[in-house]
Amino acid sequence: MLPSAPAPATTASGFLLVLSIVVPVAAVLLAFALGDRRVRQVAFAVVPIGSAIVVAVGLALPAGDGVLVYLLGAWPAPLGVALRADGFSVVMLATTAIVICAVALFAATEFRPSAADARAPFAFWVLLLAIWAALNTIFVGSDLFTLYVALELLTFAAVPLVSLRGGAETLQAALRYLLFALLGSILYLMGTALLYGVYGTLDIELLSRRLSGGVVTLLAAALMTTGLLAKTALFPLHLWLPPAHAGAPAAASAILSGLVVKGSFFILLRLWFNVLPDLPGYAAAQFLAALGAGAILVGSIVALRQERLKLLVAYSTLAQIGYLFLMFPLALDSSGRLESGQALAGGVLQAASHATAKAAMFLAVGSIYVGLGHDRITGIRGVARALPLSVTAFGLGGIALMGVQPSGASLAKELLLEETARTGQWWWAVVLHTGGMFTTAYVLVVLSHALARPDQSIVLVRTPRRSSGLTALALALCSLLLGLVPWDTFLPIPPGAASNLFGFGGLVKLGVTMLGGGALVILLSPWPRPGGLSAGWKTLMSIIGPFRRVCLGFGSLVEWGDDVLRQWSSAGISLLLCTLLLAALMFGAN
Amino acid sequence: MSSATVFGMCAAALIGLGLYGLITNPQPLRKILAFNLIGSGVFLLFGIVGRRGAGASVGNDPVPQALVITGVVVAFSATALAIALLLRLFDTAGSTTLGNPAPTCLHSDSPGD
Repeated sequence: MLPSAPAPATTASGFLLVLSIVVPVAAVLLAFALGDRRVRQVAFAVVPIGSAIVVAVGLALPAGDGVLVYLLGAWPAPLGVALRADGFSVVMLATTAIVICAVALFAATEFRPSAADARAPFAFWVLLLAIWAALNTIFVGSDLFTLYVALELLTFAAVPLVSLRGGAETLQAALRYLLFALLGSILYLMGTALLYGVYGTLDIELLSRRLSGGVVTLLAAALMTTGLLAKTALFPLHLWLPPAHAGAPAAASAILSGLVVKGSFFILLRLWFNVLPDLPGYAAAQFLAALGAGAILVGSIVALRQERLKLLVAYSTLAQIGYLFLMFPLALDSSGRLESGQALAGGVLQAASHATAKAAMFLAVGSIYVGLGHDRITGIRGVARALPLSVTAFGLGGIALMGVQPSGASLAKELLLEETARTGQWWWAVVLHTGGMFTTAYVLVVLSHALARPDQSIVLVRTPRRSSGLTALALALCSLLLGLVPWDTFLPIPPGAASNLFGFGGLVKLGVTMLGGGALVILLSPWPRPGGLSAGWKTLMSIIGPFRRVCLGFGSLVEWGDDVLRQWSSAGISLLLCTLLLAALMFGAN
Repeated sequence: MSSATVFGMCAAALIGLGLYGLITNPQPLRKILAFNLIGSGVFLLFGIVGRRGAGASVGNDPVPQALVITGVVVAFSATALAIALLLRLFDTAGSTTLGNPAPTCLHSDSPGD
């Protein structure tokens, strides 16, 4: 019954990890006790406390040898359950706290308790706190079953957020999301059962020491990976994401798109990098990144063809999720072992940067929706004059997402590009650059329409609050300045990596990305140019017209393929194929 | 054939049946039932693991039983949430199909927030 290695003890500030989970949970309970009227006050009291706890964890981590541990009930593994936080956890905890703060501020006026419809505001605030608790548990949990429970909590809190408005369409989206997420989590649980059967423990630390290859282990790894992919909505398992993220109210979409998909992604990182770094091997890592590349291509092209702003941003999330998976093959060292080094740091940084930027974009789109009463891209001409704050926030968020210096995305891209050069996998460098161009393209589509001169003066249906625009702007600025944060305390990034961002090479890369993005817009976006057809535009069209028609045809083909993949049957078959392929590839590597 | 093998094959059959139903059946209620079928299979798997005592190297390992109890609670909540959503969907839309996956409500604005 004794653990095979000296058991880690609770570290000095370990109780902070317990607090980071207990405080939001207590707030949820308190909200139920105090009822509809007080729920907003409870949320506003808890958000600063929770953020302070995260700051305290961040400060305590360097003092505690880079890892904080808390053994619940002082029981060591394998019987006890531990909470453990490392630098990666702290980065994600901090990102979550920032986004939750911003969304709470944004939603302060929208979800006011009122007599007319008391249920939606109450549900929103309770679910917001519940999502925070679940995410914190995921980031500090160190036991595969704890992670399963936290993952389910996250899903149960996220699904009702989708259907806050209660229309038939959003209810359908929520049900679809729930059913597919349940399929994903039951696969994860199956893998957990198999791993427990072989090794007799689910503690990440112990498992990583005991783990060896074997049919059952590899099958478990494949099942858990696929389950998590389904929950993260990696292409082609994304059938639930576009309707769910586009149908929810703006504040909820920001949480769903920015944070919720990162929960399952983080568990996948824990699984691959901490539990089974030796097992996946070259082929399986390439496979995951190939799915990511597919997500970038399909997500971006479909995003470029969307008519509604919210769907565009939702499909952009799909593409950006693909971006997150490019790190897996880059993290392999020469012996085929996954290294928690620079590539992993780049990936986590990308996740943090996407969380803030995408939340800012969804909040900005929400303000535009409130202002105009619709979100058709062709109908937002000139909205930049009427709603300058929101359009600026959208633009800055998009610029941060493109990887313009000094945003977090640019630092992450730089780190990943260095790794492609080191490991000689030039094809992922190509995908990284193409992904940047596609991001530029769909941001440009929106900005060119928003900045164009309007036909007639824009009449706002309702003036959105100034504070909501400012909140989105603050979040976008945060994402834009992430590259300047001294990350080396928490992530294995060489100090001074940020200062390399400013230089001639960076400017050239930026210029290429911008030009490529502009070309993609002209070739792939079917929407009419804003500002009428100028003479220059007509000459350009006469030259590239046939080529553009081919590209547009390709675009509609991709859109059709996306429609097919979003059917239940094809998504289910993709899920099973993914599991089998991953198992086979891992089996080949061992 | 030991009892663990028999139960293991039962678990595999339940999981297989459930996966088939969840993926192919278009009706949400049947999908929910299929999910529960898979869940039962996985819980049976945990039971076998505990029976074999793999973890503690003793006759019977209690940890998987604790995990199963937690898992049952989670699966129950999931089912309850899904049924609640389904009922609400039926009240609102009058039917409960998940057939049309298109998120593209082009040319029409959904009710605003």
